[in-house]
Amino acid sequence: MSKTDWATLSNNFVYSSMGIIFIAFISFAFQTAWTFRVVPLVVDNSNTKSIKQTKAGRIGIALSILGFIFLTAGVVARGVSAGRVPWGNMYEFSITGALAFLFAYLVTLKKYNVQWLGLVVTISVLITLGTAVTLLYVPTAPLAPALKSTWLVIHVSAAIISGGVFLLANCVAAAYLIMDRYQDEDGNENRPNWAKQLPTLEQLDQLSYRLVALVFPLWTFSVIAGAIWAEAAWGRYWGWDPKETWAFITWVAYAAYLHARVTAGWKGKRAAWLCLFAGSTFLFNYVYVNIWGAGRHTYSGL
Amino acid sequence: MSYEIKTPELGTIGLLRWLWRQLTSMRTALILLLLLGVASIPGSIIPQRNQDPTQVQQYFANSPTLAKVFDKLSLFNLYSSTWFSAIYLLLFISLIGCVLPRTWEHFKNISALPPQTPKNLIRLEEFRSFESQKNADEILDIARSHFSKRRYRIRDCESSVAVEKGFIRESGNLLFHLSLIGILIGVSAGVLGGMRGSAIVNEGESFTNVATSYDTLSAGRFFKLSDFPPVTLKVVKFTAVYDPRTNAPLDYSLIVDVTESGKSNSRRLEVKVNKPLTFGSTRVYLQANGFSPKVTVRDNTGKIVLSGAIPFLPQDGNLSSIGAIKVPDLTPTQLGIVGSFLPTADRDKIRGGFSSYPEALNPRLLMAAWLGDLGLDTGVPQSVYRINTKNMERVGLKSLAPGEVWTIPGNSSTADVSGTITFDGVTKWVNLQIVRDPGKPFALLGAVFALLGLLISLFARRRRIWIRTVLGENASSSGVIVEIAGLSRSPGLDQEIDDLVKVLKEKKGDDE
Repeated sequence: MSKTDWATLSNNFVYSSMGIIFIAFISFAFQTAWTFRVVPLVVDNSNTKSIKQTKAGRIGIALSILGFIFLTAGVVARGVSAGRVPWGNMYEFSITGALAFLFAYLVTLKKYNVQWLGLVVTISVLITLGTAVTLLYVPTAPLAPALKSTWLVIHVSAAIISGGVFLLANCVAAAYLIMDRYQDEDGNENRPNWAKQLPTLEQLDQLSYRLVALVFPLWTFSVIAGAIWAEAAWGRYWGWDPKETWAFITWVAYAAYLHARVTAGWKGKRAAWLCLFAGSTFLFNYVYVNIWGAGRHTYSGL
Repeated sequence: MSYEIKTPELGTIGLLRWLWRQLTSMRTALILLLLLGVASIPGSIIPQRNQDPTQVQQYFANSPTLAKVFDKLSLFNLYSSTWFSAIYLLLFISLIGCVLPRTWEHFKNISALPPQTPKNLIRLEEFRSFESQKNADEILDIARSHFSKRRYRIRDCESSVAVEKGFIRESGNLLFHLSLIGILIGVSAGVLGGMRGSAIVNEGESFTNVATSYDTLSAGRFFKLSDFPPVTLKVVKFTAVYDPRTNAPLDYSLIVDVTESGKSNSRRLEVKVNKPLTFGSTRVYLQANGFSPKVTVRDNTGKIVLSGAIPFLPQDGNLSSIGAIKVPDLTPTQLGIVGSFLPTADRDKIRGGFSSYPEALNPRLLMAAWLGDLGLDTGVPQSVYRINTKNMERVGLKSLAPGEVWTIPGNSSTADVSGTITFDGVTKWVNLQIVRDPGKPFALLGAVFALLGLLISLFARRRRIWIRTVLGENASSSGVIVEIAGLSRSPGLDQEIDDLVKVLKEKKGDDE
């Protein structure tokens, strides 16, 4: 198989995965939509979940896993086509990032009850992949000399995985803030039907904290690995390049979040806002600095 | 009745103590941390002098008023500005004031025992209670051996045992914060004792590591000239490989001969973008490259007044370059040539002449000759790539291929011919960046320990568990009631206590 064959194969896999994830999204949408129709005749929450709903949710998850497998094949084929790791430009960052995000969701699903997040996760993955194939697509090309380093594998993969989990924590924190509006002053929750399948406020709060605490050391490692690489390639380990600056801001924001949670005892709303802020600095770095920013991290290929 | 409100006198020491307490409080540290993040934002949007000085100049040209305000606020050198430094120095003082006393406390508690069993275990987490046929001593013995196997600290209390684990969590937390101070020390040592310089060297020429060889050089306060490693680098060959489809660079390789002073033999080494040369704490990096047209200038009697390779600055990906050839020794008036060099000259209607490939496949040297005063004696430093043509007169334009000669016309005050210029060919230049950073190992060590401390402080589980035996209410019963409860901030306490209950119950079954 030639390089172009592999690239075509990769594109086919990516498009197929988008189709599958789209059906997964529809299933999750039905799951959520059916909850509106169920009239809560009984107060017991467990009864508000119909069989139809459970089935739709299961189909959604099964398809998400299938989509994940196809996307993995697409990312791997892209790497084979380029003869290197599949993150040399913005298109490749995006498909690998979407894969990391989906992977983080599926792993979390194994341990926590986060089926309800499927709707948000699938739509986010679809938007990312859609943007990638339409706006960011570039043909496979070899790496620039500065990127030829083992650190590309270490530094960028750590950053992509951290990003995937940070964004998942963001989804959970956002869910917290939405659910928080259904809680009255006495702490009673009066959630509408569709929201009843979601975990309690405390569980949401805990989950977003655990995701951040789990991946913060990996992000720290990614920044350190980047610094070691920058020292070898550019002659300094830290130079306040726009990407470095925003990586630092993200680090500071999450460090503040962890401190606020652990030491200052911040919980709930304030912590969720801080988590959202920290996650948005990561997104800003990814989108703004890659596309419009100056500096040495401009490898987007656009 | 009237009350006189008395405010307690703080005094200077009291005030200082109050300020210190405010500064080292968690809240202040958090605010300073967030402030540091916010303060670093402008530097990623506004161009920085040390990264891109030409963009800063552009800023001054485009919006002078705003630029002046920004400059007053040090926004063009934000990360070395006083106010940015003030934020991180305050943060580190706050950190030291917070962490050092805690480290001392922690050190004193190395052999501390867990706290006494509380009266009401039922108020704690994961409370369990069951009746056992074992007597109190046996129950407590089993619990003790169970926890000592799991490396808990154990304290014997009256009819109860208190155990504790996870002391290392705070150790990790302190290691993380102390390592951050280590990183700061490493960074400062690098800034104060280091230096950074660059030099453009043509293929075939040598670079001797002394201060005068550098094109740019900035050094820290404690950098001594004797810190320069005495080496000479001869640039033997530079090779750039390009992708013929996209013209993008694929690989740069530089071969140098390194001679250390005092030694006669030299070593041949290869430098690449990700593979610098290392001499102790000084490293040599390959940073940029370009073309140097080789020219010979003769005066109108045929005498050579200038001969050599002149580095030109690349302007785009296909290495269209600009430069200046200054000939101050030409008489009666000085000659300046404003040039541009096209490695692969091409032509179209829109752009005119341009370069279509970054290799010297069809080189052309385009020149504009100026006669007059180059202004080299004014004392004002000049760019070697530009000519100040204020006191000069343009006498001609010409494009040369290698080997061709141009007879430069004279002007009204000179003879008909002022001299000739021969375009002999082209060679390559490389920009060597020489950096000394003695603080680097400390910063790296600090970063590694910070990561280690972070991992410990986030993943080590801290928990306390208490086991108490209470005599059964039923007097006829020979057994006791066992009460267990614990405290933990991390998950897994329920599992730990379930395990203990299982062990306590199992042993009882074995005995019967």
